[in-house]
Amino acid sequence: MTGIAMPRPDADVIARRAEIVRAMRAIVPGEGVVDADVEMRAYETDALTAYRQLPLVVVLPETVEQVATVMRYCHDNGVKLVPRGAGTSLSGGALPVGDGVLLSMMKFNRVLDIDWANRAAVVQPGVTNLGITRAVEGRGFYYAPDPSSQIACSIGGNIAENSGGVHSLKYGLTTNNVLGLEMVLVTGEVIRLGGKHLDSEGYDLLALATGSEGLLGVVTEVTVRILQKPETARAALIGFPSSEEGGQCVADIIAAGIIPGGMEMMDELAINAAEDFVHAGYPREAGALLIVELDGPEAEVDHLLAAVEAIARRNNAGSVRVSTSEEERLRFWAGRKAAFPAVGRISPDYLCMDGTIPRKALPQVLTRMRELGEKHGLRCANVFHAGDGNLHPLILYDANKPGELAAAEAFGADILRLCVEVGGVLTGEHGVGIEKRDLMPEMFTEEDLKQQQRVKCAFDPKQLLNPGKVFPVLHRCAELGRMHVHKGQLPFPDIPRF
Amino acid sequence: MSDRFMPETAEDAREIVRWAAAEHEPLEIVGRGSKRALGRPVQAGHRLDLSRLAGVEMYEPAELVLTVLAGTPIAEVERLVADNGQELAFDPMDYGPLLGGAAGDGTIGGVIAANLSGSKRLKHGAARDHILGLEAISGRGEKFKSGGRVVKNVTGYDLPRALCGSWGTLAVATRITLKVLPRAETEASVLLRGLDGAAATAAMTAALGSSAEVSAAAHLPAGVVECCGEDAAGLAGAATLLRLEGFGPSVDYRFETLRRLLADHGAVERIEAEASRRLWSAIRDVKPFAASNDMVWRVSLAPTAGAGFAEDLASRMGCSSYLDWSGGLVWLALPGDDPQAHEVRAAIARAGGGHATLMRAPEPVRAVSDVFQPQPGPLAALAARLKEQFDPHGVLNPGRMVAGG
Repeated sequence: MTGIAMPRPDADVIARRAEIVRAMRAIVPGEGVVDADVEMRAYETDALTAYRQLPLVVVLPETVEQVATVMRYCHDNGVKLVPRGAGTSLSGGALPVGDGVLLSMMKFNRVLDIDWANRAAVVQPGVTNLGITRAVEGRGFYYAPDPSSQIACSIGGNIAENSGGVHSLKYGLTTNNVLGLEMVLVTGEVIRLGGKHLDSEGYDLLALATGSEGLLGVVTEVTVRILQKPETARAALIGFPSSEEGGQCVADIIAAGIIPGGMEMMDELAINAAEDFVHAGYPREAGALLIVELDGPEAEVDHLLAAVEAIARRNNAGSVRVSTSEEERLRFWAGRKAAFPAVGRISPDYLCMDGTIPRKALPQVLTRMRELGEKHGLRCANVFHAGDGNLHPLILYDANKPGELAAAEAFGADILRLCVEVGGVLTGEHGVGIEKRDLMPEMFTEEDLKQQQRVKCAFDPKQLLNPGKVFPVLHRCAELGRMHVHKGQLPFPDIPRF
Repeated sequence: MSDRFMPETAEDAREIVRWAAAEHEPLEIVGRGSKRALGRPVQAGHRLDLSRLAGVEMYEPAELVLTVLAGTPIAEVERLVADNGQELAFDPMDYGPLLGGAAGDGTIGGVIAANLSGSKRLKHGAARDHILGLEAISGRGEKFKSGGRVVKNVTGYDLPRALCGSWGTLAVATRITLKVLPRAETEASVLLRGLDGAAATAAMTAALGSSAEVSAAAHLPAGVVECCGEDAAGLAGAATLLRLEGFGPSVDYRFETLRRLLADHGAVERIEAEASRRLWSAIRDVKPFAASNDMVWRVSLAPTAGAGFAEDLASRMGCSSYLDWSGGLVWLALPGDDPQAHEVRAAIARAGGGHATLMRAPEPVRAVSDVFQPQPGPLAALAARLKEQFDPHGVLNPGRMVAGG
C-alpha cells in the first residue's frame, strides 16, 4: 500500500463486529452475509489493485427491503457502509473500509421491464452494461454508453461513476441516458427520481446522484433510455506523421460540422503494442493513429466519410483506410479495444490515468508528458478519446522494482496537474475515488469543495456512505453549516441601484 | 425600503448576497425578467438584477464550447453561434409570447435556472444536458465553481447539472459554460393529416423506434395548428409532424425511410426546410395558446401516455391540448379562473405518473397554487435539506418553487 491514507478505523465499531454480523444475518439470510476472511478476499479491492482492505463484513442483499433495513441499521448504529457493483472501478471507488459493511448489489441482476414503445428499459443495478444491450438488441436497440469494461461493469456502478465510453461525444454519458432511479437513502428511506418521463418536477437530484461515487445513496433500480441502432457504421483508419497533424484533423472534422460516433487517437507506443498483440493492420510507422467512426443512415455515412478522408489528406495523412465490411470495421477497433492488455504485455505493470483536456491542447500536453516521463524515468503510452478530449495515459512500471510504483504515481499526479493547468479536469470517466482524492485542491478551492461536501450533508449528515473517497479533507456537517457573517449596514455604495 | 441591485461584476453580486445572508434580507433573482410571470411569486423586499453581468467570455467553435456571463441575452448567444454555423442543440424555448412579453428576451442565466428545452429535447436533451460548468454564489454569499469546459468530466458532484431547473433558489449563477453543436445543414418534416391522438401516438412511436433519427415529434389536434397563424405552413385540421435534420442527402434518405415505414398510418407529405423551421418554433414556443387568456399547464409523462391523458381530461372539463416529445409533453390550456390542479394531477397519476407545472396563470392564482408538482414526503424533505445546505437563511428567491421554501 502506498501513499493514500484512509480514515482511521473506529475501534469501537470493530469491537462490535460479532454483534454487527449477527444483525446483518437477521436481515439477510443464508449466504447473503460473508464474514470469513478467506471469502471476503474477493471483495478486498477493485480494479485499482494496488490498494487492498478487508471489510468488516460483506452483505449481499436481494430485496430493496433488505437494503433499506441494512442501511437503517448502519445509520442508527454509526456503522460505515461501502456500496459495490461489479468492482471494476479504476479509482478505488469500491475499496472497502475495515470498520464498515461492504454492500454488494450483484444479486440485483434482473431486467425488470423493456418498454419498447417508450424506448426505456428498467433494470436492477447489478445488470451489466452490456447486459442491457443484450436484452434489447433482438429488436435492433442498444444502450449507448459503452465503457471499455462494459462486459463486466454494472449499470449501478455506471450511475455511481457517470461512465462514458468511446461514443460519448455524439451519444452522451450515463447522465444523458438515464431516465430514472430508485435509490435508498442512508436512513433507509426509499425515493424515486424521474421515470419514463423527462425532466424533474423539483431539483434535479438525478443529476446529483449520477456520478456521486456511492456517497449519496444506494441505487436499487435504474430506468435507461434505449436507442435504435444506427443503420450502418463504418470506420476510417488514418495514420499521421505526428500527433500535431492528427490533432488538427480532429479539429477540422468538428469545424466541418461533423460529429463522428467515435474518434480515437493512439500514439506510436500504443499503436505498436496493439499491433503486436492483435495484428489489426495498424500503420507501425505512423506517429499517431486516428480511428474515425461514422454511424447513421447509409447515405449520410458515405457522404461524411468522403469529407473526412479529404480533411485527413489536407492534414498530411500518411495512410487512410476505410472499412468496407463489418468484419474490417471490428478489426480496426480490435487494436484500440485491446490497447490496455496490449500495453500489459510490454510492461509488468501499468497505471491507467484519466484526465480530460481541451482538444486543442493535445500536442502541447503530449510534448510535456514526454518530458515528465524523462523526469520520472518511466515510459507512457497514450490512447485518447479525441472527440471529447479524454486522455488515457498508460504509465508503464514494474512493481517489483523498489520505488517504481511511487514514481508511477508521482508521474500520474503530474499528468493530472498538467491537465488542469491547460484548462482540463482530473478525471473524465474513471471517477475521483481514492486515486485522485488528494489532487482535488489542484482543481478546486476550499470553498468549492466545502459546497460539494454540503451536498453530501443533505443526503448523509453522519457521513457514513463510502467514507474516505472523493474529498481530501473531511469536515463535520455541523462545521460546514456554520456561517461567519459580519452584520452591518448596506456596504456597497458603488453598485448601481434603482 | 426596496432596492434593485444591478451589479456589473460577480464580486459585487457576491457582496450583495453576503449582505442579504447576514441581514436575512430575501432577494428576488432576475436576469431580464422575462420569466417573472412564471412560478410562484417570490416574497422578497429586494431584487438582484444580473442583466448587467453580461458578455461572452470565451467562444471556441472548433472546441464546441462557449463561456458567458449569466446576464448575457440568449438572443445574443444564439446569433453568435449561428454566425459560426452552430446552435444550442437543446433548442431553448422562448416563454415571452406565452407570458405576454416580447419574443427573444431572456438571459442565459434564466435558461439554466428554468432548465429550458424545446421540441428537440427528445433527441438532444435539455439545458441540463449541455451545461459543462458554472460559477455561482450560494445563499451563504460564497463563490464556488463546479464542472469545467470539457464534455467528459466526473470530478466531484455534478452541481452545474443539478442547478439547472432550480429557479434561482439554490445559488446565483454568474458564469456559465455550455456545449454547442454544429447546426444542421438543412431539415424537412414528415406530415400526416387527420389522425386522432391514439393513431398519432402509434405513428410517432413507430418513427421514434426506427433508425431515422427523428429530432422532434408533435401532434396538433384539429383547431390547434390554425392558431399558429402565418407559421402554420398553410395547415388546417389535425397534423402529426416528425422533424428530420442533418446533411441534405441524409434528410432525403431518412424521409424516404419514414415514408415507407409509415405507409400504413396515412399519406406522408413533406414540409420543406423554411416552413418546417417556422412551424417547429411556433410549436416549441406554445404559439397556439399564446393569444388566449387560458391557464396553461406543461405536463411531462411517458410518451405513450400523453394522448390518453389529454383525452381523459377532455372528457372531464373543457380544455384544449397538443402533444410534443412524441406524446411525452402535453401543453394543456384551460379556460376559466381555476387551474384545476387537483384534477390535472389526478389524471397524471391515472396515466402512470409524471409531473405538471402551471406555466401561465394570474399572480393571485399562482400565489395559492402548487405551481410545481408536489413531491412525496422523503423526497420533499431531501429537497428542503439541499436548499438548507445552499441557502441556510432562505434569502434566494424564497417561495418561488414551494411555499415557505
